[in-house]
Amino acid sequence: MGSMTFKGGVHPYDGKDLSKDKPIRELLPKGELIYPVSQHIGAPASPIVAVGDTVLRGQKIAEAGGFVSAPIYASVSGTVKAIEPRRVTVGDMVTSIVIENDGEMKEAEFQKTEDVSSLSREEIIGKIKEAGIVGMGGAGFPTHVKLSPKEPDKIEYIIANCAECEPYLTSDYRRMIEQPEKLVAGMKIVLQLFPHAKGIFGVEDNKPDCIEKLNELTAGESRMEVAALKTKYPQGGERQLIYAVTKRSIHSKMLPADAGCIVDNVETLVAVYNAVALGQPLMNRIFTVTGNAIADPQNFYICIGTNYQELLDAAGGFKTECKKMIAGGPMMGFAMFDINVPTTKTTSSLLCFTEDEVAEYESTACINCGRCVEACPELLVPSRLADYGERGLSGIFEKWHGLECVECGSCSYICPAKRPLAQSIKTMKKQVLAAKRKK
Amino acid sequence: MSDLFHVSSSPHVRSKDTSGRIMLYVVLALLPTTCFGIYNFGYRAAILILVTIASCVASEWVFEKIVHKKSTINDFSAVVTGLLLSLNLPATLPWWEAALGGVFAIVIVKMLFGGLGQNFMNPALGARCFLLIAFAADMTKFAIDDYTGATPLAAMRNGEAVNAMDMLIGRTAGTIGETSAIAILFGAIVLILLGVIDLRIPGTYIVTFVLFLLLFSGHGLDANYITAQLCGGGLMLGAFFMATDYVTSPITPNGKLLFGVCLGILTGLFRMYGANAEGVSFAIILSNLLVPMIEKITVPRAFGLVKEGKKHE
Repeated sequence: MGSMTFKGGVHPYDGKDLSKDKPIRELLPKGELIYPVSQHIGAPASPIVAVGDTVLRGQKIAEAGGFVSAPIYASVSGTVKAIEPRRVTVGDMVTSIVIENDGEMKEAEFQKTEDVSSLSREEIIGKIKEAGIVGMGGAGFPTHVKLSPKEPDKIEYIIANCAECEPYLTSDYRRMIEQPEKLVAGMKIVLQLFPHAKGIFGVEDNKPDCIEKLNELTAGESRMEVAALKTKYPQGGERQLIYAVTKRSIHSKMLPADAGCIVDNVETLVAVYNAVALGQPLMNRIFTVTGNAIADPQNFYICIGTNYQELLDAAGGFKTECKKMIAGGPMMGFAMFDINVPTTKTTSSLLCFTEDEVAEYESTACINCGRCVEACPELLVPSRLADYGERGLSGIFEKWHGLECVECGSCSYICPAKRPLAQSIKTMKKQVLAAKRKK
Repeated sequence: MSDLFHVSSSPHVRSKDTSGRIMLYVVLALLPTTCFGIYNFGYRAAILILVTIASCVASEWVFEKIVHKKSTINDFSAVVTGLLLSLNLPATLPWWEAALGGVFAIVIVKMLFGGLGQNFMNPALGARCFLLIAFAADMTKFAIDDYTGATPLAAMRNGEAVNAMDMLIGRTAGTIGETSAIAILFGAIVLILLGVIDLRIPGTYIVTFVLFLLLFSGHGLDANYITAQLCGGGLMLGAFFMATDYVTSPITPNGKLLFGVCLGILTGLFRMYGANAEGVSFAIILSNLLVPMIEKITVPRAFGLVKEGKKHE
């Protein structure tokens, strides 16, 4: 059987060879750790520690600011040095709790649950909520909210997003190779919440070793399946993944739950396992440092809050001059202008390139070739949308379904005229949505 | 703040394809046709091809100099226009008429409307039609060397028999590039393999045209007649190289299909009932004018959106 997929998409150079064979290395942070109170979608968390307090690793330092929010935990032991605005990856200043690391890693006590199957639905959701788990693929939507749909009985698929379709990233890959049992255990816990659901691991077919491992592990599990997906960007986009696996399609006004699906990233499911079975809050994640400017690309097991500079140093620093630094993947990540920022629950990688491909090309006139139309996984007409965006024509922008854009960047990638299509569309989308909220 | 690093909006990587490279692919795909044209019609064809290309490139360069715009001749689109125009001219055309055609294509049809990507009509075909009106006698004189003068389509119209095999290979009278269906198809396959064009427009064009012939030509299912109609005149060159011009064809997937259907019907109408044996050029530039309308009614439905009134499953 051929691998499952969606319509559209692009095939950027994947660059995963740089770091895919590097085993996960635990990295103990040395300097201060920074915890922005907003590492998720929803209300910011509110600090519950004061400057001068000593904290343990695993101690809660900020409480959830509402239902759609998540608490934050210290990932090292030490003293609270400051609570002040600090710069984050995207460039904003966000109120952050700064902890001076004492290097001793004194841990709070975690309550293990021997028999997870005896836990009730409320208990499991409670543990996930308390652990501060959010979507760790990048979106940062609080997981306990995602796992509390209106009609849990109508959920038919729990999809583990193991696609890792962004070029260069290998953190999910390493997790699946080294600790697939944790991923499967996390899936099992989530399945416990949804009696009518099937668990599906959607893995791109460029990772046959992961598919094989997961197949072995799930051989005895009647409710789990592994789905091989075609290697194509953005295969791991939520709407594209759901379509590839279930042939159900959702649009911008629907939630995956409306199509009977819940999608969770690899790291998120592992965090669910750690929280429910081991009683550990979210403190760590896998993080890739790679790119052709990096001396020794690595996959690290990091304490959330570690400074990017420390990660860069641990990977041997730059071997040649770095022109461009990206937090996240090359397709949807953020270009950074300052490396002195903290990692958060949702940051999965640091990419350093010796060339800036965007600056290399000059943008020229659209020749109407339609490559963006072929590439758009949302079946839109990006060149026209970008045009309407640049001219501020919101009416026709909406008529051509501009708000359905998932901002995957496939159009900008493929454009032979090198037009910044995704950028123009994203900007217009923000304006249209802002105008709607005002009404 | 550090200026060590470039900051830009995602995505941060770009494909290797550029507009210039695509234009070069088109030139490459036109080489078999060009070479056959020169082989078939001799040195006059070669000179005409060079003159039109030079005229197109020079017009673009001069125009941009005059209006103080950055030169865009290195995107090779003027080369493609010049080459396509020359392939649509009879080899005996005086060189200065061809040069004038090049100026018309670039300055009037392309640059005055805003340059690459902005013209609403195929520049090469616009110029061809201009020359057809301005120099009607020279543009329809096909007598050269071995050929008596009548193109196969004209001969067929007069009730004479034509050899479909000759037309397939291209040993017939006609414009420089239109005679050899095989050379054109070879180039078309190259373009399809390189991903420059797909079959949406040429496919629907040819299928619609054949259906039109079956219904209205009065010849019914006559394989020889249909082959001759397909290989005759500018149909093959038009379908694969002119109708598929990005700028002047719809960008929407369904629009491309509708565009092909319009082309097929118009070509059929012009060839069956027009004053002229040929109709491809007019069918294409007329359909070019319909493109905005076609796009308007073929806005694709976004992923996950269903027809109004139909409930989502």
